[in-house]
Amino acid sequence: MKLNTNSNIYTFIYMTVVVVIVAVLLAFVNQTLKQRQDDNKQLDMQKQILGALKVDYADQDPAKVYEGIIAVGDTLQFGEKQVFVAHLNDTTVKYVLPLAGKGLWGGIGGYLALDEDKNTIYGVNFNHESETPGLGAKIVEYEFREKFEGKQIRKDNVVVSVAVLKKGKTCDAGEDYQVDAISGATITSEGVSKMLEVNLKEYAKFLATGEVVKEDQQAHKVLYVVNGKPVNNIDFLSPDEIIETKVFTKKEALDCYGIEGLEEVIVVITKEKED
Amino acid sequence: MLSQKTKETLLGPLNANNPVVVQILGICSALAVTVQLKPALVMGIAVTIIVAMANVIVSLIRNTIPMRVRIIVQLVVVAALVTLVSEILKAFAYDVAMQLSVYLGLIITNCILMGRLEAFAMTNKPWDSFLDGLGNGLGYAIILVIVAFVRELFGAGTLLGFRIIPDSWYAANGGFYENNGMMLMPAMALILVGCVIWVHRSINDEKK
Repeated sequence: MKLNTNSNIYTFIYMTVVVVIVAVLLAFVNQTLKQRQDDNKQLDMQKQILGALKVDYADQDPAKVYEGIIAVGDTLQFGEKQVFVAHLNDTTVKYVLPLAGKGLWGGIGGYLALDEDKNTIYGVNFNHESETPGLGAKIVEYEFREKFEGKQIRKDNVVVSVAVLKKGKTCDAGEDYQVDAISGATITSEGVSKMLEVNLKEYAKFLATGEVVKEDQQAHKVLYVVNGKPVNNIDFLSPDEIIETKVFTKKEALDCYGIEGLEEVIVVITKEKED
Repeated sequence: MLSQKTKETLLGPLNANNPVVVQILGICSALAVTVQLKPALVMGIAVTIIVAMANVIVSLIRNTIPMRVRIIVQLVVVAALVTLVSEILKAFAYDVAMQLSVYLGLIITNCILMGRLEAFAMTNKPWDSFLDGLGNGLGYAIILVIVAFVRELFGAGTLLGFRIIPDSWYAANGGFYENNGMMLMPAMALILVGCVIWVHRSINDEKK
């Protein structure tokens, strides 16, 4: 009997068999190789951290070198993120902060190593998923990363980060707080700038005082509304400017402003408003 | 060593029947990976391996495939192979896998693959299909390498990352030379592919 390969039932069974075989095969391969892949990922992360710390591991095993610098447990936990505490040969302590952001085509990330003062950049390492080769992908090259070294991230004890700007432009914090962007890669450069700012501000409290508290864990519980404009803090107001403050609870805030997920909403009215 | 027909199957796609410049297939990925020579080379090799393997598998099961769902079966075979290769690379050549990143997944959408499976592997024996896949993959790789060679040399002054045009020539260092930024744009890849087609046609027409 010749099989009718065009019958519905044959087609149905054929597809089921094909899909099951492929699924089993891929699941099997994935399971077998998972350990190796995870090890590779771990090793890649360690290499990147060593890169940020400017440690040359040449022909040594990078994993061994890494363990010598950052022992197990030499990390500070910030929510899901970790800050690595590195002890280099010259007995100085460096703090390595993880970075994650968006480039032009996909995610970008990296590690930023700070000196013991939690202010001066010791070294930085970037990686990317799919930035344009020859343009945005240049962020991984030392030529670009080198520019960050020695820069300070805090001005008057406030984290201002380091901006990546086109030649000729100046950021608000002044020329000392910026580096030149990669020409032709505007969006990737902006992505790096934004990534640094957002990630560093998350550790603002830690950088200033050494306390292990993630910035958004406490700051975002309270929303300030100054003259109808929502802001994250009211440090910029001097006490005698303020005429009236009202505190709303979570429920009232939701009813009045439609804002969810906050513990309190503080409404502030200042003098200028009256004028 | 090889019969006339198998020779034609293997070598035809390299020149007279090139998938990129004659059949105009796989242009989209040719634009994406040709800014530098290295990703172009790796992409060329990856596509060659996957076309050859997919051709063999589809050719082996060609008589059992229900006609109405053949495209889906081909797609499943290609997708499975690409996933397999990507998993293996991640485990044994992590650096290469990172270098290829999204392009590896994009091989699934490469028209050359579906084109060869549908046009050749569905009606030919496994060995011929293997040669056909090899030839077409290499034909694709050649064009990629030519385009990437020009783009990297004039766009960045390097080849495979090594500096070819001396630093002292550059205007920034007091020289007279400036990289051609246009080379780094995808549009330039299209123009270069056009030039390759032009040269290719005029040579082949003369032969006739």
